[in-house]
Amino acid sequence: MKKESRKEARRGQIIETALALFAQKGFYATTIPDIAEKTGMSVGNLYNYFPSKEAMAQEIIRYVSTMLGETIHEINESALTTKEKIRRIVRFYFGLCEERPELIEFFLRVYLANREVFHDGCEGMICVAPFMTEIMVFFEEGVRAGDLRNQDFFSAFGLFMGYLGGMAFLNGERILPKNLEDYADEIADNIYGALKA
Amino acid sequence: MALKLLWLQGLSCNGNAHSFFNVPDMAGVLREFAFIYHPLLPCEATLEEVSGGDFSPDVLIVEGALRRDGVPRGDEEALTLITRYAKRAKWVVCAGQCAVFGGIFRLNEPDKIAGALYAGKERGGFLDAFEKKIINLPGCPVHPEWLLFTLRMLALGTAPRLDDLRRPVELYGYTVHEGCLRNEYFEWKVDARDFGAKEGCLFYEQGCRGPYTRGSCNKILWNGVNSKTRAGMPCIGCTEPDFPAERLFETETLMSIPARLPLEVPKRAYLTLTGMAKAFRIPRLTRRKFGEEEP
Repeated sequence: MKKESRKEARRGQIIETALALFAQKGFYATTIPDIAEKTGMSVGNLYNYFPSKEAMAQEIIRYVSTMLGETIHEINESALTTKEKIRRIVRFYFGLCEERPELIEFFLRVYLANREVFHDGCEGMICVAPFMTEIMVFFEEGVRAGDLRNQDFFSAFGLFMGYLGGMAFLNGERILPKNLEDYADEIADNIYGALKA
Repeated sequence: MALKLLWLQGLSCNGNAHSFFNVPDMAGVLREFAFIYHPLLPCEATLEEVSGGDFSPDVLIVEGALRRDGVPRGDEEALTLITRYAKRAKWVVCAGQCAVFGGIFRLNEPDKIAGALYAGKERGGFLDAFEKKIINLPGCPVHPEWLLFTLRMLALGTAPRLDDLRRPVELYGYTVHEGCLRNEYFEWKVDARDFGAKEGCLFYEQGCRGPYTRGSCNKILWNGVNSKTRAGMPCIGCTEPDFPAERLFETETLMSIPARLPLEVPKRAYLTLTGMAKAFRIPRLTRRKFGEEEP
């Protein structure tokens, strides 16, 4: 393995470890030595990869946003109807909650709850730009196709993502009587019903 | 020898003829060119003489939209007169939106009224046979200096380089957005919320069409001093084939995203960059220089 790709792999390892710890213990209760120990490297060496805990958290949110953005991009580019696209986005999001709960936990408990960590470098929506761009394209094209009612972007966005985030939270608290995925189609129908033209 | 000009009108409000009077040093321009006929100037010939006569213009300037009949000029139909002189002239310069695309007159009778080569966006004008001689100068009205620039090029014996719609690239190769003094506000997404505000971009809140309208209004200023957007008036896209449109002072949005984006800018690029810019607040740009906080 070349040195560069070895370094890249190591970087990915650190991100995955930090993500798991942040999601589990929270941002402030997780220390650099915790991350170093779990990754199997020295604290000094870890600083060769990231200058601070904040930098790691920012890298994680960019990583999550890029992954979400790529999937929604594929859905946007497909020939599906707007109604079906909503269903695909909801299923994908809930699937992620089940398969990689740490991503959602990180988003809800670190990114949304510790805004100060993201102030310098992740102003506004900068670090979630890949996701935001695709969700905007989704809404804009839904209106252009005559499927969605034209309205303020954030009114529609809040209804869609707030709903999903709320369900993910209830799921994380183990309050839901059924599996999250069992709610997907009904919720997709509700979202479409609320946003349709 | 001075270039011989013949200015003939179809359906017109005279706006281009009037606008031309605003060229700097009109007296000098009148010595520089020889007008066989112009609707508002004392000239060598009257309209009746032109209609009955056999003049040989170097450049025929057409103002106004064309209709097969019902537009008498002298003893004949405007279209017959214009076609006859288009044959004789070396160049045909279409001055203004109506002569080029049919303009506001065409909206009244889209099947009967058109420009020289175009009926709105589509081909289907009345002077197709003279395509190679035609130079299109759309605008409502045409900028006087754009017309003067074109005439001077022709006087030098050089045709200006033309684009696909036969507009001079030198004049229409730009968007109205280029050179607008509000560009920094556009970059940082600071919008002018009130009509006439000195600060802020007019694209998002006031329907400004500058970013997707071709023309050099902010490069060659009007009367040498100003442009619509500099003065606080949104560009209304008067050089484009779809002018005049409705609701010119509103920006059409789809889920808050402008329905028309700057020329050739992909949607994702626009959304990404504007999202970035909106994340920052630049006090110098958000503060009003003159405003309600002043005593």
